[in-house]
Amino acid sequence: MRTNIREWSLLASAVVLLVSPCVCRAQITEYQQHQWLRMESHIGNLTGHARAAEMDYRRYCVGCHGELGDGNGENAPWVDPKPRDFELAIFKCRSTPTGTLPTDEDLFNSIARGLDRSNMPQWSTFTKQMRADLVAWVKHFSPRWQTEKPGTPIQIPPEPEVTADRIKDGQAVFQKVECWKCHGVTGKANGPSAATLTDDQNRPISAYDFTEGARPKCGDTDQDLYRIFMTGLDGTPMPSFADNIKPDEAWDLVFYLRTLEPQKSKEKEIAKQLGLKPVAPSTAPAAAPPQ
Amino acid sequence: MTSARKRLAGGLLLASIFFFGSVNDAQAIPAFARKYGLRCSACHEAWPMLNYFGQKFKDNGYQLMNDRDSPIWQNPSYWPATFRITPQWHRDSSDKVAVDQAAAGQRQITSTGFDLSGLDFHTGGTLEKNISFYVLPSSNPSGSFHFETVMGRLDNLFGSPWLNLKFGKFELDNLVSEKRILTLTSISGVYETYHFIPVGDGNIFGRIGDTQLGVEWMGHSLNDRTRVSAALLSSNDGNVMLSNGANSYSGFFAASQAFDAGKLGVQRIGAYAMIGQAPTTYFTQGGGVTVLNGAIGNKSFHREGFVGLFYLGKLDFQVVTQHGWDNAWFGAGYGQGPPFNNGPGVTLPPGSRAPTWNGYLVETHYVYSPQLIFIQRSEWERMSRQALPTNPSNLGNIDMYTFGYRYYPIMTSRAGFAWHNEYSWVRQQGMAPDGFALTNSSLLLGFDFDF
Repeated sequence: MRTNIREWSLLASAVVLLVSPCVCRAQITEYQQHQWLRMESHIGNLTGHARAAEMDYRRYCVGCHGELGDGNGENAPWVDPKPRDFELAIFKCRSTPTGTLPTDEDLFNSIARGLDRSNMPQWSTFTKQMRADLVAWVKHFSPRWQTEKPGTPIQIPPEPEVTADRIKDGQAVFQKVECWKCHGVTGKANGPSAATLTDDQNRPISAYDFTEGARPKCGDTDQDLYRIFMTGLDGTPMPSFADNIKPDEAWDLVFYLRTLEPQKSKEKEIAKQLGLKPVAPSTAPAAAPPQ
Repeated sequence: MTSARKRLAGGLLLASIFFFGSVNDAQAIPAFARKYGLRCSACHEAWPMLNYFGQKFKDNGYQLMNDRDSPIWQNPSYWPATFRITPQWHRDSSDKVAVDQAAAGQRQITSTGFDLSGLDFHTGGTLEKNISFYVLPSSNPSGSFHFETVMGRLDNLFGSPWLNLKFGKFELDNLVSEKRILTLTSISGVYETYHFIPVGDGNIFGRIGDTQLGVEWMGHSLNDRTRVSAALLSSNDGNVMLSNGANSYSGFFAASQAFDAGKLGVQRIGAYAMIGQAPTTYFTQGGGVTVLNGAIGNKSFHREGFVGLFYLGKLDFQVVTQHGWDNAWFGAGYGQGPPFNNGPGVTLPPGSRAPTWNGYLVETHYVYSPQLIFIQRSEWERMSRQALPTNPSNLGNIDMYTFGYRYYPIMTSRAGFAWHNEYSWVRQQGMAPDGFALTNSSLLLGFDFDF
């Protein structure tokens, strides 16, 4: 009898050991399948399907972003800045107003562009269909995509001609909205608040150093810079100034920021001719922080 | 409990142990993955074979181009080094080997046993942004080392991806890379198409699969869809100290274009050519000892081929076709040195002519998942003109087939580990002691690991 019990225990243990991981897997699969795995993305004529991206996500992304898309992949502890948590659906690079979901195209472009000075490479080797599928997969991690619509992309007015007056006005905007507090008076990311910056997870984060000559994370065209002021970088201390500055002022600011970069540019040449000096923090007028 | 139940319980336990063992993540991987925190599957279709992203990474000079490529951004303790070795069991068989003890003078020889591969000790990466290096001391199974690769690279000169220079000993710009081959048996470890020379041919210089000494310019579009390269090489098949081919050079040229085929993936087609000269005359001293660096009498050779990388979702095909031509002196056995020495008064055998041949290679992969890949390759080498008209027209023709799989029980950004099973078979016409076809086969089971 005792032998029988031991043998049956052995058999039961084996069955439990073999079946338990399958059950866990089944639960995850059922959860995802029924809830979110039908997620789609739409970029132009392309339709991305979450299911089609599962293998690519596992191949390329999971090491950082994790199986659950929570940014807790095996490399997360060693990566700075930390991988994006897709469950929160908070993204830096958007064309939509602050606090809203990005468009599918925003995510599509981020995948190909990568995020400079981070571990997110430019996945420009992917086919467009692969990227569209991955966008759908990224979306399937967060319930926000089930209940919210992406924001309406902001309108970017045509870029005006750069002039000396516009650069001077841009400097005034730089002073007024206190960009210098984080980015420093020369754009070297050494403003008085720079050392205290944290992201929405309360992790230390650096301001962008304009003097380094590196590509801004969300694109390096004038339009990209304009968009960054107006949408902000959600999840970071970089706010949206859409309610604080007018479109014309935003363009002025774009031109002024170009003078802080090391690359040769028309703006830099004009600033040199003007003998433009860095803003003086002590004389900077106080401005109400953006809401 | 009946014996059937016992067997069932035992089987289930074994299955569960195997299941847990196979899904358990281990920590460990090669240098670049450790540096960038990417899993090996990000750059490799199945390591060591590169995927499209890995090719771009390599073309950028082992850089992600994220402004964090310079080693100054790494922890000072980071050292870009990794080693690879494959302990294995293998069975090798040859159907006709000349032996004294056989009545017919030849017999089948089969050997089985546990063994080792050579050891590759890779170190490479960036010295500074857009300046990189690669050094690969490599040993044979008995531990005798040579330098398989040693090169410095200057990349993105003047900020252009079209200006990249490589200097030293390196693999030629082969889209189907022999140095990243997925097949490992004694038969399939090299591509026949890249190494084939006619029976009796003395040209040891045109082996496209070998690493070569020289300088290479390579350019590519930002997304790597378009790639071109040109290399100037010493005609010595990568042997150092100008032991062969002093004062003789070869050129290798490659170009390819990739296309976005939607759900199927990225397809790529390309062409390459190797055009060179190599010596057939060696000075000797003291009764036949070759004088180092003393070789003249250059004769020409060329190889040209087409290559295609075609993806159909999880299934992909690599196709290479290559045409080869050697000067008649090579065809007659000259080129590798004494006793075949093209000295004064030496003439070619009557009727000698330049041998030509064609090679075909098709390698198929089915990537079930990043952790399991099935591999099959077929190669056919066909003589189209023998060096001597008296030779049988099919002398030296090769048929080679191999199939197997690689299973990677772990897939992390720290280490690579594969369980490799493969069977290969090759037949070459006219190479047996009796003058008929010689058939060899090889079965390999091994752990291929890289840390």
